[in-house]
Amino acid sequence: MLLIKCPYCEEERPELEFRNAGEAHLVRANPIIEQSDDDFAGFLYFRQNPKGLQFERWRHIHGCGRFFNAVRDSVSDKFLTVYKAGEPRPDVSKLLSPAAAETEPPVTKRPRAKKVQV
Amino acid sequence: MVEIVQATRRHPLQAGQLDVASVSVTLADNATRVSLRAKDNTVSALSKALGITLPMKPKTSASNGGRAALWLGPDEWLIIDDADSGVIADLAKVKVLHSAVDISHRNVGIIVAGKGAAAVVNGGCPQDLSLKAFPVGAASRTVLGKIEIVLWRTGEDAFRVECWRSFSNYAYAFLQESARDVAI
Repeated sequence: MLLIKCPYCEEERPELEFRNAGEAHLVRANPIIEQSDDDFAGFLYFRQNPKGLQFERWRHIHGCGRFFNAVRDSVSDKFLTVYKAGEPRPDVSKLLSPAAAETEPPVTKRPRAKKVQV
Repeated sequence: MVEIVQATRRHPLQAGQLDVASVSVTLADNATRVSLRAKDNTVSALSKALGITLPMKPKTSASNGGRAALWLGPDEWLIIDDADSGVIADLAKVKVLHSAVDISHRNVGIIVAGKGAAAVVNGGCPQDLSLKAFPVGAASRTVLGKIEIVLWRTGEDAFRVECWRSFSNYAYAFLQESARDVAI
């Protein structure tokens, strides 16, 4: 089971207490009436879904109930950091320090990625 | 040599009969429960009215006599007191902005007490319940099996499990089954 740190409870809790809440840092246009239909569709429906690091919202729904943001690697499922809702995006290059990079194998070395290439 | 183990067959409706001596799963007395939501700057006024300093640290509780306040979130507490207490009346006198909802009848309390109580709760709760991580007085909203509970450690070998009343049959049967599993 994954252990996820909640920035409000200030400790790691089992993943069963959490729920993913999609991509983080989506900003609603203001005034939204001046936004084109395409831009609005992008805001409403289209998500990045990158392979690798992604910024996500999570909710500690069976705990303190709070929403917070996290940086997670969608390949290794490793959480790089968590931060409270409303706080700015953390600097990813700082998170990927040499120590952190060692624990995270490069994507190309993973067996699943090799199979795809064959 | 092959050892033959004969499993005893148990009727599924026997859940209400716990024949375990080391640990007990019992129903808590009826209680007054209040869901209290308030901002940081109102905490001192609310604490004064309640006669308890509302805990501000995660996973902690505070109690005074029979009345206890459990930290559930950064602006949320669960107040538990005896059935005939005046928690709502006390809070009604407070002039600062807050929300106090009487949820006495929404919740059901179950007491798990005795040797291995932590293991009984851990049968369905994924949190670390060692005394270091979850000391006496610690309280948290968490999960038990497939339901949400509020867990409060009232002693080294005693827990209070608060669940919603429609989930209480499940929680009670689950804890009894778990108690049978960890019985010493």
